[in-house]
Amino acid sequence: MKILFNRRNDALYIKLRGELDEHSASGARREVDRLADLNADCEQAVFDLAEVSFMDSTGIGFLIGRYKKFNRYGVKVYITNPSQTTDKILAMSGVYSLVRKL
Amino acid sequence: MENYMKLEIAAISENESFARSAVAAFALTLNPSLSELSDIKTAVSEAVTNCIVHAYAGGSNVKKVYIECRANKSEEWGELHIQITDCGCGIEDVDRALTPFYTTLKDEERSGMGFTIMQTFMTDFSVKSEKGKGTQVMMSKKIGVAENEELRERVNA
Ligand SMILES: Nc1ncnc2c1ncn2[C@@H]1O[C@H](COP(=O)(O)OP(=O)(O)OP(=O)(O)O)[C@@H](O)[C@H]1O
Ligand SMILES: [Mg+2]
Repeated sequence: MKILFNRRNDALYIKLRGELDEHSASGARREVDRLADLNADCEQAVFDLAEVSFMDSTGIGFLIGRYKKFNRYGVKVYITNPSQTTDKILAMSGVYSLVRKL
Repeated sequence: MENYMKLEIAAISENESFARSAVAAFALTLNPSLSELSDIKTAVSEAVTNCIVHAYAGGSNVKKVYIECRANKSEEWGELHIQITDCGCGIEDVDRALTPFYTTLKDEERSGMGFTIMQTFMTDFSVKSEKGKGTQVMMSKKIGVAENEELRERVNA
């Protein structure tokens, strides 16, 4: 899994590229948490899932975990562009009640 | 037509991607839609990941996952049967494990939605488990049924 990012004013855009499963999650977790520490002053973080080619329940824990991390810095978190399957998984697990979809 | 395959793999996270792709490739003979294929990959990934993170967490001599698939195809539709087995620690209370959001690994960012996803994404689903012996997940999916119903509706309209 590749993590691409882009800071524009008060917003941090994080693009996840590739497969998000138990194998790839630990690396992604480390990288995104480092980004969160470096961008603690921003107002919102947007996870762009357009290029996530596969995601299972590991992604639920991953996104809720990152939500908690950013939340500690007072940064609002959003999700955008999930695939149909990813959207189904995030909706049924209640992730959108914590992290709004744009 | 009936087709069959069996895979025996090391229970390591490197094999998660291989396992779901292999089953998806096997399922191709049933002409699934992209969304059906995606459902199958997700369900397989859930079951295989559970073997790796739960079944063998306590350490064991044989850390293997066994995947068996059967495909039946008729004129109108197909059916894929998947059996995923481990010889790990087993599940003490299967009913409780199937409850949405129930997890024994909360500290590792697990959400407890794996079994619920398998149930939702597949047509049939069941689990057999014995404490100390292992766990077997059986699931199947009808392929092409939704598409055929859509077609029938259009013809009848
Ligand atoms: N193969 C297995 N061997 C032993 N225990 C298992 C196995 N599969 C599941 N379990 C038990 O059942 C519980 C529920 O599994 P489920 O896949 O629904 O959630 P999870 O794996 O904990 O979290 P998630 O799948 O959302 O990341 C697990 O926490 C674990 O205790
Ligand atoms: Mg699981």
